[in-house]
Amino acid sequence: MISEQLVDLSRLQFAATAMYHFLFVPLTLGMVWLLVIMESVYVMTGLVIWKDMTRFWGKLFGINFALGVTTGITLEFQFGTNWAYYSHYVGDIFGAPLAIEGLMAFFLESTFIGLFFFGWDRLKQTQHLMVTVLMAVGTNLSALWILIANGWMQNPVGAEFSYQTMRMEMTDFWAVVFNPDAQAKFVHTVSAGYVTGAMFVLSVSSWYLLRGRDIEFAKRSFRVASAFGLASVLSVIVLGDESGYTVGEAQQTKLAAIEAMWETEPAPASFNVIAGINEAEQKNDWAVEIPWVMGLIGTRSVTKQIPGIHEIKAKNRERIVNGITAVIALETLRKHRDDVVAKRVLEATKGDLGFGLLLKKYTTDVRQATPAMIDQAMHDTVPRVTPMFWSFRIMVGLGFAMLLLFGLSFWATLKGEFQTRPWLLRAAVLMLPAPWIACELGWVVAEYGRQPWTIYGVLPTHMSVSTLSVNSLYGSLAGFIGFYTVLLVVEVYLMQKFARQGPGSLGTGRYQFEPAHA
Amino acid sequence: MIDYPTLKILWWLLVGVLLVGFAIMDGHDMGVGTLLPFVGQGDDERRVVINTVGPHWDGNQVWFITGGGAIFAAWPLVYATAFSGFYWAMLAVLWALFFRPVGFDYRSKVHNATWRSTWDWGLFIGGAVPPLIFGVAFGNLLQGVPFGFDDYLISTYTGTFWQLLNPFALLAGVVSSAMITMHGGMYLAHRTEGAIQQRAVWGAVGAAGLMVVAFIGAGLWLKFGSIEGYVITSAIDPGALPDPLAKTVARSADAWWRNYRAQPLLWSLPLLGIAGALIAAALVAARHTLSAFVASALAIVGVIGTAGAAMFPFVMPSSTQPNASLTVWDSASSHLTLGLMFWATLIFMPLIVFYTSWAYRVMRGKVTLAHIRANEHTAY
Repeated sequence: MISEQLVDLSRLQFAATAMYHFLFVPLTLGMVWLLVIMESVYVMTGLVIWKDMTRFWGKLFGINFALGVTTGITLEFQFGTNWAYYSHYVGDIFGAPLAIEGLMAFFLESTFIGLFFFGWDRLKQTQHLMVTVLMAVGTNLSALWILIANGWMQNPVGAEFSYQTMRMEMTDFWAVVFNPDAQAKFVHTVSAGYVTGAMFVLSVSSWYLLRGRDIEFAKRSFRVASAFGLASVLSVIVLGDESGYTVGEAQQTKLAAIEAMWETEPAPASFNVIAGINEAEQKNDWAVEIPWVMGLIGTRSVTKQIPGIHEIKAKNRERIVNGITAVIALETLRKHRDDVVAKRVLEATKGDLGFGLLLKKYTTDVRQATPAMIDQAMHDTVPRVTPMFWSFRIMVGLGFAMLLLFGLSFWATLKGEFQTRPWLLRAAVLMLPAPWIACELGWVVAEYGRQPWTIYGVLPTHMSVSTLSVNSLYGSLAGFIGFYTVLLVVEVYLMQKFARQGPGSLGTGRYQFEPAHA
Repeated sequence: MIDYPTLKILWWLLVGVLLVGFAIMDGHDMGVGTLLPFVGQGDDERRVVINTVGPHWDGNQVWFITGGGAIFAAWPLVYATAFSGFYWAMLAVLWALFFRPVGFDYRSKVHNATWRSTWDWGLFIGGAVPPLIFGVAFGNLLQGVPFGFDDYLISTYTGTFWQLLNPFALLAGVVSSAMITMHGGMYLAHRTEGAIQQRAVWGAVGAAGLMVVAFIGAGLWLKFGSIEGYVITSAIDPGALPDPLAKTVARSADAWWRNYRAQPLLWSLPLLGIAGALIAAALVAARHTLSAFVASALAIVGVIGTAGAAMFPFVMPSSTQPNASLTVWDSASSHLTLGLMFWATLIFMPLIVFYTSWAYRVMRGKVTLAHIRANEHTAY
């Protein structure tokens, strides 16, 4: 049996490296469009300050991009190194969007980023703008395919299990591509990236304005960032995850956990604004509720019920019991490939095969599963509520705080008087970390909320790992912590060095604090 | 739709194309990284060397990433077994690769000699380590790797990391390292002038010579040493659903030579490897740098093709449970996925080649010391 420690360490390693990667990705996604906007203005007006803006923000973009690339390779490796069984079990479906991402998107952004930085003197203005646009399209397409892959983990459509190959196989590629979960995730995630890019430019520009330096440069940057940020933050909130809410069972479980909805209430359910969650007794000790709201958000109706955690668990228990039959049939078939009876049984029960596999955490032979084990497995089917509940609320709260900030900033730029409102500039500087915190918490809600599954309802997390020694995991984890700490220190050092230097770091002679030429 | 057996073979070819593409494209900038500390003397010269690949290394690296993604999609079982089995070797590749994006981008952003020389050695590691490990991995594939499957097809690697570093595998590592260094040297000779070019030519010629000797040595070792190949002894149904446990496999001394006996035309591959390297060396010495680069690219096709042709249809033979060996027939994805990915590759690969060529064309010409000094803030 697979050791708990191995599973925990593998999860920790994936969570740590994925969340670390996600420090850099949102900024890339957003800043690249700000570069496109700035360069477009340059090409249209011929004003050199817009070219300098593109190049200066591009420099910071590049420092961030380097770590995005570095940490992205880790994730591709990790599927194979630490999640080998996962890779085998779902590679037929999951691998395809990953490979297409490489072919369609990653080649594009990586080829053109070279020309973006080095092609200024070798390309015509319009050609260079085209390069920048292609780089932006590439980064965003990249996100699309990654989130199609990820969406399938949340809602595994267009695929079927085959006992001969012992894996999931694709039956409908377009179902995988147009998976509503994937599409909802895509718009939500890239919009969050746009907000991150806008916040970064807004904050750094505000800092220049507060210091009274590089005013013209900072004003223009502030203006672009506030407009782009306002549009993006509205898109994050309005499009949001909302369309993904009601789709699929994964989201129902997630929704119940996010809302700490233990019981199924008569429709329309009330919304828990905050609550004292009691995990041990599986209830809320107290809650501040708004009647009706949850039902309206969750179902867009006043009559449909939203299942609570207890109801979900009770249903899952039945599926686990049914899944035992599926697992037994599968194991028979693996020994005798043409056992007709077993084949028929597996066909009838295969929808619950994954639920049967949940028991593998407690026993190698599911025939031996005791009612206590089945109860354990049932409790596993819903993630812990407290982290879900609070992560979601902090994320949403930060989203609205940013909406306010971008709204006020945009209003100020329309009025043309943002310099007379130092409190706004100070708030913009202080809010710099907000999008990162929100993005990371969004990741927690989406991915922790999928537990105990790697592929929802199909493959339990504890079956997905590679058969490695615990020592290997400690070793590699130590390596990652070491490398990533050094890299983060270096990156932050360079970011603040160039942000402090400002556009003077371009060496054009047009800005303050030009560095002494060596 | 193309039939399943044909697709299985097409994907063997396509993975080969992606590996060769990786070795030629990312290979030349890894070779440049390997040569960096030796060819560039002083900061300005090193910046010249780095800027020959500055605009391109990132795009080139995608050959590797896409190659990995393609193996994941087309041969999931190979991906799972190889990456988890070669755990520490893979992590060494990964960690070496870390030095490249940050090394290229961060090195010249700070005026400090220690900072810069640290990153230079980082770029050396990022260039030298991956090809070495990939060569060692190929050396192990040719000997078989200790792994097996249970009924659930959960793979377990039963060897140790140190076992991978056996003498034959290390020789294969030398072949691979020398090949990539040669190729980087050819590229560097093409994009530089003067003293830097002279040193690059020496590096390229030396590496080409070493590669030829090591490559022939490895061939002789395989022929006359005690290395056994693998052969499928049961009937093969190429159209069957992939099941690596459904066949029987035997080991025999001449198994890796069977394909060459059956198709003598395959001998053109090792010949291309040797002749390509020798011709490239001669051309670069005569300063026909572009044709030298092309010749060394052809040598790469020959060398990688030689190993692939010997092993076909095996991809990853198992030394401990030979029947569980992974082959072209029984480790592939489903018919639908292979077909779909084939068309995706067919559409996008020409596009990629097109815009990559354009990027190289835009940035063509020699990178000079004068250029570096004039572009203090923009060049790497």
